[in-house]
Amino acid sequence: MALDDRKDTDFKFVGTRPDRPDGHDKVTGKARFGADAHAPGMLHGAIVRSPHAHARILRIDTTKAEALDGVKAVVTRADFAHGLSGEFGFVLENVMAGDKALYDGHAVAAIAASSALIARDAAKLVKVDYEILPHVTDVDAAMAESAPILNSSYADASVPEGLHPNVVRYHESGHGDVDAGFAKADLIIEDSFKTEATHQGYIEPHACLATLGSDGKGELWCTTQGHWIAQKTCAALVGIDTSQLRVTASEIGGGFGGKTTVFVEPVALALSRKANRPVKIVMNRSEVFRATGPTSSTSMDVKIGMTKDGTITAAQGTFRLQGGAFPGAPMEFSAMCAFAPYALDNVQQIGYDVISNRPKQAAYRAPGAPMASFAVESVIDELCKKLGLDPIEVRLKNASREGTKASYGPRFQRIGLVETLEAAKSHPHYSAPLKPGQGRGVSCGFWFNHGGETSVSLALSEDGTCQISVGTPDIGGSRASMALMAAEVLGIDYENFRVTVADTATLGYNDVSHGSRVTYASGLATIKAAKDAVNKLCKRAAAKWGIPEDAVYWEDGCAKPSGANAGNFDPIPLAEITKNMGSTGGPISGHFEATPEGAGVSFGTHIVDAEVDPETGKTAVVRYTVIQDAGKAIHPTYVEGQFQGGAAQGIGWALNEEYIYGEDGRLQNSIFLDYRVPVASDLPMIDTVIVEVPNPGHPYGVRGVGETGIVPPLAAIANAVSAAAGVRLRHLPMSPPRILRALKAQTRED
Amino acid sequence: MKNTHVTTTINGDPVEYLCDTRETMLDVLRDRLNLTGAKEGCGTGDCGACSITVDDRLVCSCLMLGVEAEGKKITTVEGMAEGENLHPLQKKFIEYAALQCGICTPGILVAAKSLLEKNPNPTEEEVRFWLAGNLCRCTGYDKIIRAVMDTAADMRGAS
Repeated sequence: MALDDRKDTDFKFVGTRPDRPDGHDKVTGKARFGADAHAPGMLHGAIVRSPHAHARILRIDTTKAEALDGVKAVVTRADFAHGLSGEFGFVLENVMAGDKALYDGHAVAAIAASSALIARDAAKLVKVDYEILPHVTDVDAAMAESAPILNSSYADASVPEGLHPNVVRYHESGHGDVDAGFAKADLIIEDSFKTEATHQGYIEPHACLATLGSDGKGELWCTTQGHWIAQKTCAALVGIDTSQLRVTASEIGGGFGGKTTVFVEPVALALSRKANRPVKIVMNRSEVFRATGPTSSTSMDVKIGMTKDGTITAAQGTFRLQGGAFPGAPMEFSAMCAFAPYALDNVQQIGYDVISNRPKQAAYRAPGAPMASFAVESVIDELCKKLGLDPIEVRLKNASREGTKASYGPRFQRIGLVETLEAAKSHPHYSAPLKPGQGRGVSCGFWFNHGGETSVSLALSEDGTCQISVGTPDIGGSRASMALMAAEVLGIDYENFRVTVADTATLGYNDVSHGSRVTYASGLATIKAAKDAVNKLCKRAAAKWGIPEDAVYWEDGCAKPSGANAGNFDPIPLAEITKNMGSTGGPISGHFEATPEGAGVSFGTHIVDAEVDPETGKTAVVRYTVIQDAGKAIHPTYVEGQFQGGAAQGIGWALNEEYIYGEDGRLQNSIFLDYRVPVASDLPMIDTVIVEVPNPGHPYGVRGVGETGIVPPLAAIANAVSAAAGVRLRHLPMSPPRILRALKAQTRED
Repeated sequence: MKNTHVTTTINGDPVEYLCDTRETMLDVLRDRLNLTGAKEGCGTGDCGACSITVDDRLVCSCLMLGVEAEGKKITTVEGMAEGENLHPLQKKFIEYAALQCGICTPGILVAAKSLLEKNPNPTEEEVRFWLAGNLCRCTGYDKIIRAVMDTAADMRGAS
């Protein structure tokens, strides 16, 4: 499973840029996404949601709704499984409230009716009596002594005594002696930062089509990053056996972490069971904003000490994340990623997971890392400015390398941070002249990457073509990458492959398409499955030639005898072997199942030029360059796409996007007009540089590339704004009103 | 509940349907006519995933009622290719990887086609502002803009 089982790096297919297999259907409108499914006799579902941030549910009266013509079923919490605990318990509580509504938009009941219009009309007829409770939506306020308690039983054993019950988990890590380290510094900067919650902002709302009978057998079609997690979660929530629920993943219209859990799926199943008809539920955009996603908002303190020559002597960070009404805010990832780019003798990081009256946070591209990186890389930028040092030189001086003890514990294997910094230093962007009013910012970023449970199956056809079944929904062109890797092993052209995202009944368990794991883990499994098939192909050739199996090897799509001693036989091409496979031993296929653990960590360095309009406070990103280590780019165009997409989302997070809650605890900007993601006219072209420092844990050296790209932009842009306008923004997003306030405050100080 | 009878033309075909007066054109296309190429990303005219043309005018079909199609000429992404031949924009979007998840792609293709019919030689800025009503969350727009500009150049060369 290691890099060294392939010595050559002279790839024939890997690294080329063929068209994606799903392209044709996606440009013609034929591709079937979550909301594109229909079934005979299908009903439409609608969900009744709490308008209150925190309220006890006294009574739900559904009689008027049920009396409406066309209404076939109504469900409330009573229609779901009882006695669930742990994450399943939290997810159930989130998809259908129990005793209390915990945030604006929390589901309290659902309707299935013969049309979507009737379902929506009926939802308005459900009468819910609430006892309104005090609420809290800000992370610092939720930790304060006077904060209302959401649930006094959520805190686990990690939380030190004396903290508010809304603090539900605590993390502390690091090494060395930070006090001694700070004593050696020539300059120490300590600052506080805040970031607002953002939404993953996938354009496709959550959607599903569910069938469940009273026999406990069900079918589910849904847009998801992982249909096996959907299968086991939904089965638990509606109280059926996992294997009796077959889940098929639709084409997925973006996820970015937000489709790694379930929302409407168990509700549609419960409605279907009650109505004994298929039920489709499609969220509208406002429901997506109010009840799914978002990220945590944060409050952070960072303290870094540096000597005059730019050596970091100590670093300390505290990261407080609110993750909505349930435990799970990724504060340990914030803490562990914060200082990972740097080789530090003395480092300490603390994290707090805080609950508040907001929707349950969901993963978003490198969850927890971008916020921490914003705080840390802003402080490093200030230190560089005050000490008159070049920000890339300082980062190079302190950069983590192979063998460095990471801030979060382990020693790094081969990593490519230095290579990204060197590439940044020599990139024309870094030395290009700036126009008046513009500033340049730099930031590094880190993400762990992930392996996870993976099963792949590959079957050869008689005509010598090959079908591959993977279990990881394709969110960025992974079907093309799988075909390229299999082509490399089997030695037949890319066009001979058809890659399918198989349903849960077809393969063993597959972890979600998250953690930048797909090209790494499903790729590794595809390579291993293809090698399994190659072994069988060689065996057939050996039998035909009457020589030992180990005297046959595979090259250029053919079985060949290994040297003169093996015998003098003409190579047999793959299609010649498969043509007769039925009579020479049966169908030939390859399989691989494992939980690979060699996902190489990933680093990136971004350079950005920004221009701030002092009259409006609006920031324009005028030039952007992403430099990131991909290990080995299987399909370089799709790697570039990941870099560019990550940067664009980071730009939105830095400059515009935020959840805005009113005093009443209700979300005030739940449509795209008010929650403004970057549009085409907001952005420049986004240049990319793919650095390739092979990951020792993958046969071809692949590192995941999906997430790291969103880590550096927040700080890179804040640093560019600081250089352009002379103000340090410590609160994201750097929206025009915040920049104007900062400019005015600076004028007063002057 | 009384439905209204509508007679219209969609992608060149005569079409008749009944719809509730509250149904949007997007609802009618997707749920009554099985033309699911246009997508609902927002329902408020902010994302452009439901873009169609109505008498050659670019429209968000989520902001139009189904009954308003009476007597009009509608085109959707399903009408872009001619038989088995993809429109040059469709080919170029695949070649340039101007799509990742693909949910915004139908709307962006319809909008881009509408731009090139009005302005065969757009600047980068013109493309960016024309497509500012079409959200894409995956690509950062870079490859989309390049694909549209390059298609425009090809089509100018071909004509």
